[in-house]
Amino acid sequence: MAAAASSALHAVGAVASAKPRSAAPAVARRRSVRVAAAAKGGPGSSGRGRMVARSAVAAKADEAAAAAGSKSGGHELLLFEALREALIEEMNLDPTVCVIGEDVGHYGGSYKVTKGLAEMFGDLRVLDTPIAENSFTGMGVGAAMKGLRPVVEGMNMGFLLLAYNQISNNCGMLHYTSGGQFKIPIVIRGPGGVGRQLGAEHSQRLESYFQSIPGLQMVACSTPYNAKGLMKAAIRSENPVVLFEHVLLYNLKEKIPDEEYICCLEEAEMVRPGEHVTILTYSRMRYHVMQAAKTLVNKGYDPEVIDIRSLKPFDLHTIGNSIKKTHRVLIVEECMRTGGIGASLRSAIIDNFWDYLDAPIMCLSSQDVPTPYASTLEDATVVQPAQIVAAVEQICQ
Amino acid sequence: MAAASFTAAKFLAPVAARSGGERAPPLPAGASSSSFARTLRRGGAHHPRLRTAFAVSSDLLAGNKAAQAAATHPAVTREEALELYEDMVLGRVFEDMCAQMYYRGKMFGFVHLYNGQEAVSTGFIKLLNQADCVVSTYRDHVHALSKGVPARSVMAELFGKATGCCRGQGGSMHMFSAPHNLLGGFAFIGEGIPVATGAAFAAKYRHEVLKESSPDGLDVTMAFFGDGTCNNGQFFECLNMAQLWKLPIVFVVENNLWAIGMSHLRATSDPEIWKKGPSFGMPGVHVDGMDVLKVREVAKEAIERARRGEGPTLVECETYRFRGHSLADPDELRKPDEKTHYAARDPITALKKYIIEQNLATESELKSIEKKIDDVVEEAVEFADASPHPPRSQLLENVFADPKGFGIGPDGTYRCEDPKFTQGTAQV
Repeated sequence: MAAAASSALHAVGAVASAKPRSAAPAVARRRSVRVAAAAKGGPGSSGRGRMVARSAVAAKADEAAAAAGSKSGGHELLLFEALREALIEEMNLDPTVCVIGEDVGHYGGSYKVTKGLAEMFGDLRVLDTPIAENSFTGMGVGAAMKGLRPVVEGMNMGFLLLAYNQISNNCGMLHYTSGGQFKIPIVIRGPGGVGRQLGAEHSQRLESYFQSIPGLQMVACSTPYNAKGLMKAAIRSENPVVLFEHVLLYNLKEKIPDEEYICCLEEAEMVRPGEHVTILTYSRMRYHVMQAAKTLVNKGYDPEVIDIRSLKPFDLHTIGNSIKKTHRVLIVEECMRTGGIGASLRSAIIDNFWDYLDAPIMCLSSQDVPTPYASTLEDATVVQPAQIVAAVEQICQ
Repeated sequence: MAAASFTAAKFLAPVAARSGGERAPPLPAGASSSSFARTLRRGGAHHPRLRTAFAVSSDLLAGNKAAQAAATHPAVTREEALELYEDMVLGRVFEDMCAQMYYRGKMFGFVHLYNGQEAVSTGFIKLLNQADCVVSTYRDHVHALSKGVPARSVMAELFGKATGCCRGQGGSMHMFSAPHNLLGGFAFIGEGIPVATGAAFAAKYRHEVLKESSPDGLDVTMAFFGDGTCNNGQFFECLNMAQLWKLPIVFVVENNLWAIGMSHLRATSDPEIWKKGPSFGMPGVHVDGMDVLKVREVAKEAIERARRGEGPTLVECETYRFRGHSLADPDELRKPDEKTHYAARDPITALKKYIIEQNLATESELKSIEKKIDDVVEEAVEFADASPHPPRSQLLENVFADPKGFGIGPDGTYRCEDPKFTQGTAQV
């Protein structure tokens, strides 16, 4: 087991997902940013609401500062462009990195994440495949076994249900069944989540389906900054990683550093430090939570918002530290209620932090229904900010 | 040939009489590998739309006197013949021993034996280099042996021992060996084919993108699977992609006529699987899978073609398993006359007869090979039996290639750093 090596990495607080072959220059910085942000939101003074409002702004400003913290001032881009930038950088760094999927090449990807890559790297490195999800995903596994680092795109992540066998039996299990002889350093990514009236099949919440596959890691990006950093980390990981992108977040804009950086695959992200309740969320729900947070702050609450980012495994350190401070937990997710991420997170919290809880853990998930087409029903399927406000009020009674 | 006229009786007919209209004339014994290419060209002249469609039927070992008489020299050298013989005997003896060990309670689970199909494994795999890849199915022990995985490693794996080729973590249906480029036994139908296609893609990628050149040409991947798999989507999807990108792969169908209890003829609209190759623009070849020399001849062409970068070939080997689907199969559906028919065409007996008739070796030389293999398999059992069971500490070791995948614990360190992870006692 490579425990010793990993411990060294983690001990210095660096981004532990960096592979040995490559240094991870900007990662330590990111962690210190996180710590700094947490410190800033520390013990409040008088006037809870005011204080919180300020720290919310501060946290936001911090991110901008982190982004702009580079000498050259950083650059502004959209989330899909950040993913694209990550791919280009990794493909330039490592000739074994390749992209496989439907319309990833000449068409540039259904959400333009791979736009122009085929021209830059050629048709073999950016492989347009026929519509055959299980076969091209399996091809990615075979290529990974023979030393490539494929990034497999599901044109819509729901399509990857067709590749479930390859993701489960091959990506997840093959390193184990082979007695550790073969590695599967593959990234499986694509647009998922509930979009705008895309209908049930294109509005899947797949995390629950994938989370119990052994040997698989899952991360969800939510900002241009972490989208780029997580994509790079996922590509460099020796483990198979599913990277969840959300269809409604591709056009988020943010300034990110010009220098290279990567994020830690296993770490959660402190979005807004607070004192009263820990809100654990990820992907698009982060924004519903932050919307709710504004209302909550006006009502005098000081919520701590954590984007868990790593859906499997959970960052129990960040989560635990927050619970030890607030003693109250609200989980907000877009995933299905039954067998979802929230359900697993709740059980992990009960197992590890029961003694620190002053209130029952609440979990707001989307409804266990096929995502309806009609917007009124679709809105009612996923968690809305008002529900989050109400839940916090209930927890903090 | 119309599918309707392709009946069970056809399958039971002598092999030499079985092929259809596109069939090449009987090949003389000792016909060189170029017959494959010649047939291809000839077919191209007469049937442009079927230019890649042709069948090779066996005459060499099927008692075709005329063909044998036409032979000026044997199709194989003495050394080659003995190598093939040894490998086939190893496959047979090993599998017979597995049955014994299974009934003695030394191995468990589903155990699928290869008896009867040895000519396919030996005929193909003995032509491969170390760097060439083999992707197999749940019936994978003998593919592993042919590729050079030591019998003791395979047996120890079957015994679930730490010394097994997968440390006891794979089992009968999941044999892997990285040094031998055995990319695995895949236990679900069809799932190995995309993996094999990916390995072939990687070979092309290494050549064209990474500019790794090998004097021999491209590394070739063999995808082995059965007749039942040929009705599965992954088969069709990968035939398409492999031909589309001219990948160095050979699709080897081991048509043993039965998918557990489903007769090939009850499952498949057009039972001539090799014909599906030309539909995708690649050669489709039908070969007598009970005839190792004929298999080898076809294999040689297909492998060289792949190595040269000219793309994939679909080879349908008509073969038969002498045992049930697995050792748990009561095998009630196959008719005795069908079994008798194929038992009479035992590929090992046939090769032995050929070797002696061609004066390639004496009976006693073959006996001594058999003795040697008996010893190898005995030794494998002794080794497996004496080997330790995997220790508890092994439980969590290979879940993630990078154990950071277990995540960060409450104390802020990676959970894999906890001694319980190395001891295998952590709850994950």
